[in-house]
Amino acid sequence: MKINSPLEAYKYLPQTNCGECGEPTCMAFASKLIDRSSKTSDCPPLVKEKKYAKKLVELDRLLSPEIRQVTIGVGERAANIGGDDVLYRHKLTFFNKTKMFFDVSDNIEEAAIIERVKKIADFKKFYVGRNLLLDGVAIRAVSNDPAKFAAAVKKVAEIGLPMIFCSFNPAVLKAGLEVAKDKNPLLYAANKDNWKEVGELALEYNVPVVVSAINDLDALKTLAKTFAEAGIKDIVLDPGTYPSGKGLKDSFTNFLKIRRAGIMGDTEIAYPIMAIPLTAWMAGIADPVSASYWETVMTSIFTIRYGDIMILHSMEPYAVLPEVHLAETIYTDPRTPVSVDGGMYKVGSPDMDSPVFFTTNFALTYYTVESDISANNIVCWLLAVDTDGIGVEAAAAGGQLNSAKVKDAFEKAGFDLNRDTNHHTLIIPGLSARLQGDLEDTLGAKVMVGPMDSGRIPGWIEKNWPPKK
Amino acid sequence: MAKKVKLSEMTDMFKGMDILSLEGVTIEGDIEIDLSGLGGGGFDPMLAAILGQESAMLAQHFSRIAGMFGVPVGMGAPGVAPGVAPTVASALAAPKFKDLIPSKFDVANIAEWTTQIQEVPIGNTSADGGTRGKQVMLGGEKALPFYFDAPMPHRNQVTIDVFDMRIGLAKAVKENYDEVMDSPGEWAKKNVDKFNADMITIHLISTDPLVKDTSAKDAAKTVEEVLQAVDVPIAIGGSGNPQKDPEVLSKAAEVSEGERCLLASASLNLDYAKIAEAALKYDHDVLSWTQLDMNSQKELNRKLMKQCNVPRDRIIMDPTTAALGYGLDYAYTNMERIRLAALMGDEELTFPMSSGTTNAWGARESWMVGSPLGQDSDWGPREYRGPIWEIVTGLSLAIAGNDLFMMMHPTSVAVLKHITQSLFGLVEAEPVDIANWIGSEV
Ligand code: B12
Ligand code: SF4
Repeated sequence: MKINSPLEAYKYLPQTNCGECGEPTCMAFASKLIDRSSKTSDCPPLVKEKKYAKKLVELDRLLSPEIRQVTIGVGERAANIGGDDVLYRHKLTFFNKTKMFFDVSDNIEEAAIIERVKKIADFKKFYVGRNLLLDGVAIRAVSNDPAKFAAAVKKVAEIGLPMIFCSFNPAVLKAGLEVAKDKNPLLYAANKDNWKEVGELALEYNVPVVVSAINDLDALKTLAKTFAEAGIKDIVLDPGTYPSGKGLKDSFTNFLKIRRAGIMGDTEIAYPIMAIPLTAWMAGIADPVSASYWETVMTSIFTIRYGDIMILHSMEPYAVLPEVHLAETIYTDPRTPVSVDGGMYKVGSPDMDSPVFFTTNFALTYYTVESDISANNIVCWLLAVDTDGIGVEAAAAGGQLNSAKVKDAFEKAGFDLNRDTNHHTLIIPGLSARLQGDLEDTLGAKVMVGPMDSGRIPGWIEKNWPPKK
Repeated sequence: MAKKVKLSEMTDMFKGMDILSLEGVTIEGDIEIDLSGLGGGGFDPMLAAILGQESAMLAQHFSRIAGMFGVPVGMGAPGVAPGVAPTVASALAAPKFKDLIPSKFDVANIAEWTTQIQEVPIGNTSADGGTRGKQVMLGGEKALPFYFDAPMPHRNQVTIDVFDMRIGLAKAVKENYDEVMDSPGEWAKKNVDKFNADMITIHLISTDPLVKDTSAKDAAKTVEEVLQAVDVPIAIGGSGNPQKDPEVLSKAAEVSEGERCLLASASLNLDYAKIAEAALKYDHDVLSWTQLDMNSQKELNRKLMKQCNVPRDRIIMDPTTAALGYGLDYAYTNMERIRLAALMGDEELTFPMSSGTTNAWGARESWMVGSPLGQDSDWGPREYRGPIWEIVTGLSLAIAGNDLFMMMHPTSVAVLKHITQSLFGLVEAEPVDIANWIGSEV
């Protein structure tokens, strides 16, 4: 972004305070533009009225992120990469979580291709109210045969995930494009030998393209510049990902340099970067568990330091789970508290005999508890106590969770344990056990201490519910 | 192994490990750890969770991880890969492009990184009046870790935990530690000889009034035992009881006079002055521990320096480690901000950092048998999930600026060391030709 104060953005707005954007004033809207929580298209007059057209164009230019945003694929699961404005997440936030594409070779049986791609498409891991997913498929033209590659592409395309076409052979890439014209795949890659032909394909089919120059930033920048001048906008950079020793250190350094230059304003190299941790499998590590561990280690490094899109191999849960969690960690928005509204929630259709639990309104806590309960078909009442979005353990230590708060939450929800249940009992988190006595007094109801981890609620319920008289 | 794998620490480790004898290790069945049964004792339930971790696969891992340093086997090796060399189809003549438009890449160093992180040694050798075989040096950075702006002077270090009492271990863990668990000295030895620990942390948890309430004098004996058993530098941890820790740590400091141990920890909720006093009187370092809050960290460091006169070269910070998926976003950014502020001249934060990386085992993904949620994709065997959870947690913090890692799982230690030393530049590996990765037989 070329500007960083709301005042500078305000200059380009209609300044009528009409309120159509949902903000009371243009100035308020301007600050949302600066922190990127709104887009210019959210101001209807600016978009609709001709007299603002020039200002809109200029404002969009000023607001566009330092690192270009590139879209791969189409439809619901299209993957956006790049779009960042800062080197450290606490300075704003990182946008567009690192996208993880898993490889499939074009020379394996059709059924095996379909099976692997389905596995990629179906992966999910529940986390704070949503599912962490894998992002796409990188089809490797191991055969180097256009017909074979096209056949594989056709199969993969049916599943609907974004695709990367991996070949240095323009004829192979073209064959793939012919069967997936409208799927907006990413071409991998143009290098010093084939750049004219691959660049031509990117223009002809209007698809994003990777430029590749291993451990040579001058060459990489030269390719990117050449493509940009020819009118290709959606460029991704591959500086090479060495898997071990000094090579790995060089790759790490290249990622740092490219992103720093881009954020500092070198527009010729301000594009998303691709990492290829799959090369872990080329490092001579004989044991597959170790190779997989190493791939995860490489993925972690480049998730933290500026890899926007990756090509990976191992689908083992012990590889994928930490990978998707780390991307989520680095890309959560540090500006917004992740919390749910306080109040009484129903899991299933609870009645007067159903158990009553409380938890806090920290999103990680609430969704963890809620999903542990609902996944095990426990029908119950679940009270989310407003602790300013702090988890049970931290809130109990920090004072946001006490018996008065719990009582208050019951009152606000209009729920009375003695009137609305037959058992007059509340089950509390094990980590808030110290509140038990106090709560019995304040609520005038029975209080049972549940397990410390909500994952154990099902077992606990089996043993302890309904409560003995 | 005909490979040029030069990694001083790691080769030592494998020399010390009788890999052959680990063959055919049988794997324990699934052992469910009951978290809810622990914790009443006043010590951290997360700690208990790790102690209760299965490590049936642990021995197997050692032999497996050895593969990491092994000879390349065919996979994608140059020449073996099917022909995917760039064959340019001439049919696709390209009118739009004529010649490359040359451009040079250049990027400046960060001018604002003006301040060096304090160097802090742990452990005194005979030259300094102690009996340690070597000294561990932390800090000294002038840039973020592994950055090109300025070389990093000292590599990351790993200290492995020892406890002063037998604690609830799963059967499979017992198989590995059973013979040493009643002897902190033997336990420490094993960590150094077999698991390549740079340092040892002795946790005096039995002193907790809610555990065994052993005396400060008993604790001091344990410390002496460990000092005699190993010659690496040691960290001394209390039980976490804020009333008793100052007394226990002072006594421990007294009997280890002149060894320059790391006293863990001074914090705002206990008598930090007493711990600082012991450090000064008996020649030790202080771990300044706060909980995920940069301003509290500044406050405690300031108090240690100004109020207690602790010299700058005796302070290490622990800004708290939260596990991957359970607050790592806070821990990561807290450390990164602290390190950036220090490099830009905040003298209250220019200290090396330490991480309780074992906290990673608090995340359910690291220890639960499987997902409690039916709709999740299969979580796979947890034996492999736990160590990588600890590795990724530690590695993330290494990149954020952390220097010293307090760890427990030997596999995690081995991999974390290998990757941090790769980024540091210590690892020589045969160059890999990655140009043909597309066609490699993965
Ligand atoms: C992230 C974190 C923070 C974040 C909190 C972010 C947030 N939005 O909550 C921040 C940085 C703000 C923070 C601050 C503090 N923290 Co803090 N923090 C942590 C940390 C690293 C992880 C906590 C977490 O998110 N866990 C995951 C969530 C999902 O857990 P949970 O909410 O407890 O829910 C689980 C269970 O309680 C249970 N459960 C939940 N609901 C229910 C309901 C029922 C019915 C049942 C049966 C079970 C159940 O299941 C859930 C899943 O397992 C822990 C250390 C650790 N454990 O690794 C320390 C920790 C919790 N913090 C601690 C402390 C002391 C603090 C501070 C007081 C530090 C300080 N001096 O400033 C402050 C207090 C801040 C405040 N309250 O205002 C201590 C608490 C010690 C204690 N037990 O008394 C801990 C344990 C660290 C430590 N070892 O010292 N912290
Ligand atoms: S919609 Fe546009 S003109 Fe109206 S208040 Fe919002 S920013 Fe101002």
